[in-house]
Amino acid sequence: MIDKLSWITVYPEIILMVMACVIAIFDLGVKTPKRGATYALTLVTLAVVAVIQGMYASSGATYYGFGNMVVSDSMGNWLKCFATVAVMVTLVYGRPYAASRDMLRGGELFTLSLFALLGMFVMISGNNFLVIYMGLELLTLSSYALVALRRDNAVATEAAMKYFVLGAMASGFLLYGMSMMYGATGSLDVNAVFQAISSGQIRHQVLVFGLVFIVSGLAFKLGVVPFHMWIPDVYQGAPTVVTLMVGGAPKLAAFAIVMRLLVEGMLPLAFDWQQMLMVLAIASLFIGNLAAIAQTNVKRMLAFSTISQMGFVLLGLMSGAVNGNVLSAANAYSSSMFYVITYVLTTLASFGVILLLSREGFESEDIADFAGLNQRSPLYAGVMAACMFSLAGIPPMVGFYAKLSVLQALIASGQVLQLGVAVFAVLMSLIGAFYYLRLVKVMYFDEPKISTAIQAPSDVRVTLCLNGALVLGLGLFPSGLMALCAKSVLQMLGT
Amino acid sequence: MGLLSLAIWTPIVFGVVLLALGRDEQARAVRWVALIGALVSFLVTLPLYVQFDRTTAAMQFVENAPWIERFNVNYHLGVDGISFWFVLLTAFINVIVVIAGWEVITRRVNQYMGAFLILSGLMIGVFCALDGLLFYVFFEATLIPMYLIIGIWGGPNKIYAAFKFFLYTLMGSLLMLVALIFLYVQSGGSFDLAVWHALPLGSTAQTLLFFAFFAAFAVKVPMWPVHTWLPDVHVEAPTGGSAVLAAIMLKLGAYGFLRFSLPIAPDAAHEWAWLMIALSLIAVVYVGLVAMVQQDMKKLVAYSSVAHMGFVTLGFFIFNDLGVSGGLVQMIAHGFVSAAMFLSIGVLYDRVHSREIASYGGVVNTMPKFAAFALLFSMANCGLPGTAGFVGEWMVILGAVKFNFWIGFAAASALIFGAAYTLWMFKRVYLGPVTNKHVKSLVDINAREFTMLALLAAATLYMGVYPKPFTDVMDVSVAQLLQHVALSKLN
Repeated sequence: MIDKLSWITVYPEIILMVMACVIAIFDLGVKTPKRGATYALTLVTLAVVAVIQGMYASSGATYYGFGNMVVSDSMGNWLKCFATVAVMVTLVYGRPYAASRDMLRGGELFTLSLFALLGMFVMISGNNFLVIYMGLELLTLSSYALVALRRDNAVATEAAMKYFVLGAMASGFLLYGMSMMYGATGSLDVNAVFQAISSGQIRHQVLVFGLVFIVSGLAFKLGVVPFHMWIPDVYQGAPTVVTLMVGGAPKLAAFAIVMRLLVEGMLPLAFDWQQMLMVLAIASLFIGNLAAIAQTNVKRMLAFSTISQMGFVLLGLMSGAVNGNVLSAANAYSSSMFYVITYVLTTLASFGVILLLSREGFESEDIADFAGLNQRSPLYAGVMAACMFSLAGIPPMVGFYAKLSVLQALIASGQVLQLGVAVFAVLMSLIGAFYYLRLVKVMYFDEPKISTAIQAPSDVRVTLCLNGALVLGLGLFPSGLMALCAKSVLQMLGT
Repeated sequence: MGLLSLAIWTPIVFGVVLLALGRDEQARAVRWVALIGALVSFLVTLPLYVQFDRTTAAMQFVENAPWIERFNVNYHLGVDGISFWFVLLTAFINVIVVIAGWEVITRRVNQYMGAFLILSGLMIGVFCALDGLLFYVFFEATLIPMYLIIGIWGGPNKIYAAFKFFLYTLMGSLLMLVALIFLYVQSGGSFDLAVWHALPLGSTAQTLLFFAFFAAFAVKVPMWPVHTWLPDVHVEAPTGGSAVLAAIMLKLGAYGFLRFSLPIAPDAAHEWAWLMIALSLIAVVYVGLVAMVQQDMKKLVAYSSVAHMGFVTLGFFIFNDLGVSGGLVQMIAHGFVSAAMFLSIGVLYDRVHSREIASYGGVVNTMPKFAAFALLFSMANCGLPGTAGFVGEWMVILGAVKFNFWIGFAAASALIFGAAYTLWMFKRVYLGPVTNKHVKSLVDINAREFTMLALLAAATLYMGVYPKPFTDVMDVSVAQLLQHVALSKLN
C-alpha cells in the first residue's frame, strides 16, 4: 500500500523523469542547430524542480516514503535544490560551447543531463543501500555517455573508456561492501543497519571488512587519493561542458551518499571509518596539491585541485565523533556540507570562464591561453581571479570560510593528532596557493597573445557575473548558508 | 554607520566604483575620482582625532554587530591609543600615493587607483578590528591588491617578487589562522579579542600560540631572519606600492605583536623576550651593515626599513612604557619617512629609470628643490633630532638602557650605521659634480611632486619638533597594556 506521503517525497523525481522523456521526444521535432526550444524547456523544467525542492527544503519537514526506501529531509532537499541549480548553470555555460562542437544534435546533452540529475536525486534521497546504488548507477551511466558524447574525438573516447572501467570497478567495490553489510546486519535499510550495528551483537571484523569496501567505493566517487586516477584524465579528456557536469553537481550527491551510508548508517563504526578517511584526506591533500603544480593544462590543474579540495571535505567528515562522543558531529558534518556547496559554486564559475574562452575549434585549455585576460576583459578576469583566490582559501572569498569551518571542526575535536592534521592541511593549502596564484599571474601580469574580443550570449554573461558575485558575496556574508547547513545537518542527525 | 566603518568602507567603495567604471580612455577622470576618494577617505578619519578621548584606555568608537552567528564572529570595531594613529596614517599615506601615481601610471589607471583605495580601506580595517576573525580577514585580504599591484605595475622581475611576497606572508598567516581557531575553541567559542586577553592559558599553549603569531607577524614586520622577501619586493614594486608597503603594511605585523602576542600570551612573551630582543638587535646592527653595501637605492632603503623596524620590536619586548611608546612613535615616524624615501627614489626613477646609486651624482645641481627635500628625509632617516625619526629611536634607546645597559648601548651604536648608510647614499646621489648626461638633463620637481613631498616633510618636522600629540594619545593605552602583560595568565 503506497500512501500519499510516499508520493510527496518523490514528486520532483517524477517530474524530472517524465520531463527527461518528454524532452527526448520533443527534441525530435526541433531542427535548429542551437536547439533553443529544447534548451528553454530543459531550463524551465529545472527551474520548476529547483523551486519545488527549495520549498520542500524550507518547510524543514522530514518524510519517509515507500517503506523507508526514500527519505525527504532538509539536508537532502537543499542538496537537491543546489544540484538542480548547478546543472542549470552548467547548461547555460555549456550551450554555446556544445553548439559550436556539434554536441547538441539529437538533444542528448539535455536528456542525459536530466537523467544524471535524476540519478543524483535518487542518491541524495535514498534511504536504502540498493536505492542509493541505483541512483549512483543512473548518474554514472549517464556520465559515461556524456563524456563520450563527442564520439569522433579520440581524447574524449579515451576518457570515457577510462571512466567507465574505473567507475564500474568502484561500483563493484561499493556493491560488494553493501552485500557484506547486508550479510552482517540482515538489512539493506540504512536505519535498520544503524540499529543492528548499535546493538553491538555483530562481529566487528565482518562489519569493518564490508566498511573497507564501501569506503573505497565512496573514495572512488569522491575522487580522493589513492582512488583518484580517473579524475585528471576525465577532466581533461571530456568536453569541457561535460567536465563541469561531472565535476560540479555530482559532488553534492557524493557528499550526500557519504552522509547517508557512513553517518546515518554506520555512525557506530565512526572510529573505524574516520581513520580511513584521515588517511585518504592526508594523501589527497598531499598528492593533489603537489601534482597540480606540474600541470600546464587548466582542466588538469583543476582536476588535481579538486582532489585536494575533496581532501578538505574529508577532514570535516572525519572529525565528527571524538572518542565515541558525537556531540560535535553536527558541527563537523555541516562544515563539510558548507565546503562542498561552496566548492561547487566556485567550480561552476571557474569552468564557466574556461567555456567562455573556448571558441569554435579552439579549446581554451592551456594555462597560457589565459594570458592577459585582464586586458581583454577585466570582468571575466575578475571572476576567474575571485574563484582562484576562493579555492586558495584567501579571504574575503567564500572558500576561506569553508576552510575555516573545516579546520575549526578539526581543532574543536581537541585531539593533538587532529591539531597536527590541521597544521598539515594549512601548509598544503600554502602549496595550493602557488598554482592558483599562477593562473592569476597569467591573467593579470602577462601580455595577451590574442586580442580578439570575448563575446558571450547575454544569458551566459549574466549568470557568470552572478556566480562570480556570489563567490565574493557569500564571503562577505557567509552566515546564512552556514546556518542553513548547520540546521539541516542537525535535523538529519536528530532523526 | 559609525566613524570607523566610514573610514574603512569609503575608500573601498570608491575603489570598487573605479574598478567597475574606469576606462583607460578616461584616465584623467579616473585620477580625479581617485584623488577625491582618497581625500574624502582621509577627511572622514579627522572627526576621530577631534572626538578621541585621551584619558581612557578603553576602546572607542566601538561598533559591534553579529556577522557570522554560527561561529560567534562579530563585526566588532574600535580603536584605542595603540591603533588610533595608524588609521589616520593609512588614510594620509593613501592620499600621497594617489598623488604619486598621478602621471606615472598610464596603463590600467583605474585598476591601479582602485587597488590602492581598496588596500587602504582593508588596512584600516586591520587596525580597527576587535574580533580575531575579522582581523584575519582584513589582514589576509590586503595580500590580494598588493599582489596585483606588484605584479602588474612592478619592475622587470615583478613576478618573482609578487609570488615571494604573497607566499611568504601567507605562510605566516596560515599558522596564525590555526592559532586563532585554537583560541576560539579554548575560549569556548568566541573570537572576541577582549575575551582572549582575559583567557587563562597554560604554558605550552602560550608558547605554541606565541610562535604561531610570531610566524605571521615577524614575517610581516619583517624581523631578521625572515626579512629576505622585503628587499626583493621593494625593488620590484612600483613606487606607490613600496611606499604603502613600507609605511603601513609592515606596521600591520608590529601592531599584531601588541594586539595579539603580548596580551594573549604574556608569559610566553616574557619567556621568549630574550629571543625577540636578540633578533631585533641583529636587525638593527647586522641589517644596518648590510644596508651600507647596497648599490640599489630601493634595496638600501628596504634594508634600512628592516633596521628601523628592529627598533620597534626591540621597544615592544623590553616591557616598559618608554620602549612600547617609543616603538609606536617609531612606527608612525617610519611611516612618514620611509614613504618619503621611496617616493623620492620614485621621483628620480621616473626621470632616469635607474635605481643604481652609481647612475647618479650631483643631482643637487639640477634639482635643488628636490635635493632639499631629500636632505630632510635623509636626516629623518638617520634619526636627527628635530625630525620624526629621532623621537621614537630615542625613546626606545632610553627604555632599553633602563632595561639593560648593554642592550641600550648596542641599539644606540646602531644609530651610527643608520647615519652612515643614509648620508653616504645622499652624498653619492645628490652631492658632488654632475657626472653624466642623464643627471645634467634632469628637471626639478613639478607642483604635484612638490605637494606630495611637502606634505610628508611637514608631517616629519611637526612630529620631530612636537611629538606630544602623538604620545598623548598612546600613554594611557600603553600603560594599561603593560599592566595587563605584567600579570601572569598561567592557570
